[in-house]
Order: sequence, then structure tokens, then C-alpha cells
Amino acid sequence: MDKPNIQPVLQIRRLNFWYGAKQALFDVNLDIAANCTTALIGPSGCGKSTLLRCLNRMNDLNDAQRIEGTITMHGMDIRAPEVDVIELRKRVGMVFQKSNPFPKSIFENVAYGLRIQGAKKNHLEEKVEASLRRAALWEEVKDRLHDSALALSGGQQQRLCIARTIAVEPDVVLMDEPCSALDPTATAKIEELIQDLKRYYTIIIVTHNMQQATRCSDFTAFFYLGRLVEFDTTDNIFTNPANKQTEDYITGRFG
Amino acid sequence: MELHFDQELAQLKERLLLMSSLTEQSVAQALKALVQRDAALAKKVDADDDALDRLQVEIDERCIRLLALRQPLARDLRLITMAMKISTDLERIGDQASGIARRASELSAEPELKPLVDIPRMGEICQRMIRDVLDAFVYAKPELARQVIQRDEDVDQLNKQLQRELTSFMIEDPGTITRALLLMRIARNLERIGDHATNIAEEVVYLYEARDIRHQHADRP
Ligand SMILES: Nc1ncnc2c1ncn2[C@@H]1O[C@H](COP(=O)(O)OP(=O)(O)OP(=O)(O)O)[C@@H](O)[C@H]1O
Ligand SMILES: [Mg+2]
Repeated sequence: MDKPNIQPVLQIRRLNFWYGAKQALFDVNLDIAANCTTALIGPSGCGKSTLLRCLNRMNDLNDAQRIEGTITMHGMDIRAPEVDVIELRKRVGMVFQKSNPFPKSIFENVAYGLRIQGAKKNHLEEKVEASLRRAALWEEVKDRLHDSALALSGGQQQRLCIARTIAVEPDVVLMDEPCSALDPTATAKIEELIQDLKRYYTIIIVTHNMQQATRCSDFTAFFYLGRLVEFDTTDNIFTNPANKQTEDYITGRFG
Repeated sequence: MELHFDQELAQLKERLLLMSSLTEQSVAQALKALVQRDAALAKKVDADDDALDRLQVEIDERCIRLLALRQPLARDLRLITMAMKISTDLERIGDQASGIARRASELSAEPELKPLVDIPRMGEICQRMIRDVLDAFVYAKPELARQVIQRDEDVDQLNKQLQRELTSFMIEDPGTITRALLLMRIARNLERIGDHATNIAEEVVYLYEARDIRHQHADRP
């Protein structure tokens, strides 16, 4: 898997980010390759979540926050004034650490974004089924689509959130520690799913689990104190990293 | 940060060092049995090979346990997978030493063909190769491993020379054929030992120098 051969979906250039006076990202340059999974790793507080939130402008929510640099998606500047943030968040979907289904039926959870898009009823059912299938949840829920989503197990809820995110056909799916609350079986299912989904989407995953990064990502970026320290194929990062800090971190000898 | 895992890796290296010193000792004793025409010593070397086999199994199990329980990455992963390869090569060196010992024991029952010079020399080079290559691995000295690779050429050279010399013995006096063939096989055993040490050396160079080459690019963003 050679870096130059893959078209970048997202290009991050000289990105700096501040929470008030505190700078959280320093001069980050990173290309995110299409239909690949990129893992963001690094010690707590190094800016992984901050970077993810920049990619779908979730950081816009707060006035005290300041951003410099450019992020382009398929060449288009995502921070340009004419960009519709709601539209952007559809194209760059996000799955959180703690699954957060709406207190509605399984069906409604997935249909939600589609309804906003104005999908027709037949079409809606088709799309819900297709999304649940892609999220590898259909077989488990097809007989109880109208039961409450909150009755699902944690792992099922997380797959439901993935189904909800992909229902609106995003280009990029951001995942912030999606398995940290799941048991090994549920984690294995999500990891399998990530590998299946990259056929359709570009995935960026934040994880503290090094084995998880090796199992499901193609590229890995190691961050430390808001800086991108090393970026390479996951193969290289985990077998032969170029940087000593990277190696110390992934072998558990950091600090 | 010093981890429990670091202690386990240190123990693994110690076991490998023990295995290599036993291997080196087998080679030394097999040659001593040959030179001193000592059939009892030759038998002992052959019997000691079991200990090496057991040690290899133990090292392998240790490695597999570390792989499963510690899920090592990067330098740790390379070190453990190399340890498995090294123990395999050492075990095969042990087999070659047994081969030498068995032939030495057969030769001790025959009259001496000629005073042995080149075979003990080959043996000494091989022992040194085994010692140096393990030092190179354990103490991260790729330059030492490179020297081991170079010395393999001397071993090959001596082997070729011996094959020629012993062939001419056989042509001149067919009565020497049995003994000359045994000595030729012993030279071949030593040549194989050099090859195994070289295998290990090549791995060690790759292990450490692939990194060094990469380190030169470490500042690139
Ligand atoms: N809303 C906020 N206001 C002020 N500082 C913040 C805010 N969110 C994050 N930070 C700070 O910015 C830095 C980066 O935080 P971020 O959440 O991106 O780290 P992270 O790499 O995701 O860490 P973790 O692995 O613990 O989730 C940290 O020093 C953090 O304290
Ligand atoms: Mg975070």
C-alpha cells in the first residue's frame, strides 16, 4: 500500500487550533486516502479528537475556539463561508465513543437523517434495510425494527449508530474510540465492519488500542502534544517506526 | 520506562545466549573428539544434542507465549520473531555438531589418514562466528554481524580446498576412501554450520540496519 498512489479525500494543511489561549494542534499536515482506514493514535490530550472535530466542523460550536490553516475535501475548502455545515456533516459523518441512539425505534434511528433529506416512504424502508445490512445488524434486528433502540446491547447500539451515520451516504466516517465501551466480541464485530465499510467510505478512527489500529487500519498517524510526529502505512508504523517516540508509545514504554 | 515485559525479553535473550554457548561447546567438543580420536567424547556430544533440542522447544514456547500474551509490536515483535529463527538455526548447528561427532567416532576406529590442520581451523572460525553473531544480536551490533558474514567466505574456501585435497588422497590410494569420505562430510558439516551462522547474521544486519537507514529520514514530516 503505497502512499502516493491513493487519491486523498481530505487534505489537511498547516492546521493550527486553539481553545482560547491553549493551542491544541500545531502545523498539522496530513492526507487522508480514499477508501482506506486511517488510525489516529497518541497519548491522551494529544489532539486526536480535536482534529476529528475539525474535519466536520464540530469545533465551530464554540466562540472561544480558533482555527488556522486549510482543510480541503475533494479539493474544496470545507471552511469556506459558502459551505453548508449541515451538508458537510452529512458527508463527513461521526460515530462517538459512547453509542448515542435516539430514544426512538431502531427503524426511526436509521430513518432520521433520511427523512430530513426528504426520502420517500418505500425508498426509506429500502435505505434503512440496506444501511442496517451494511452495518452488519440487519439479521439481529429485522424482526423488531419498531422496538426501542435503547433495548439493544452496547455493541448493537454502536452498530446502529454506524447504520445511522452511513444511511445518508457520507464520503467520510469519523470514529472516536468506537469500541472503548465494548466487549471483545462486539469489538471484533465493529472491527470487521470497519474493514467491510472502507469499500464504500473513507474511515478515520481514533483508538487507544494499538492492536485495533493494526487490525483495521491501512495508515496510522501518531500525534504527541498537538503535533503529528509520524505518519506512514500501518505496516511500517507497527513493525518498524522511524521515530523513537512512536516506537516508545506503541510498545508501551512512553514517558 | 522499564516494564515487566522488558524483564521477560531479557530472560529470552539469556536463554538464547545459553543455547548458543551450548551449541558452540558441542561444535568444540565434536572437533576435540575428532582430533583426539576420543569415541567416548563423541558419544557425549551426540547425546547432548537432546538438551539443545529441548532448549529450542522451550525458547519457541516462550516466544509464542510472549506473542500471545504481550501482543508485541515494532522492535519487540522483531526481536521475538528473530529469537524463534535464531533458535532454529542454533538447533540445526547442533545437528551438524552431532554429525561431526558420529563421524569422529567412526574415524577413531580407523588408522589416522593425516594430521588434521584445516578442519580444526574451520571449526575455530565457526565457533567464533556463533559467538559473535549472538553478541551482535543481543547487544545490537550489526557491524559484528557483517564480519560474521565475511568470515563465511573463509569457511567456504577451506571447505573447497579440503574437498580437493581429500579427493586426490582417494585417487592416489583407494584404501583411504572410507576415511577421506568421512572427513569430507565433516568439512561439509562445518560449512553448513557457517551457513547457519550467516543466516543469523543476515537477519541481525537487517534487523538493526533497516532501522538505521530509516532513522536518517526521521526528521522528514
Ligand atoms: N473544549 C475544550 N476546551 C479547552 N481545552 C480543550 C477542550 N477540548 C480539549 N481541550 C484540550 O485540548 C487538548 C487536546 O484534546 P483532545 O480532546 O483533542 O485530546 P485527545 O487526543 O482526543 O485525548 P483523549 O485520548 O484523552 O481523548 C487537550 O490538552 C485538552 O485538554
Ligand atoms: Mg479524544
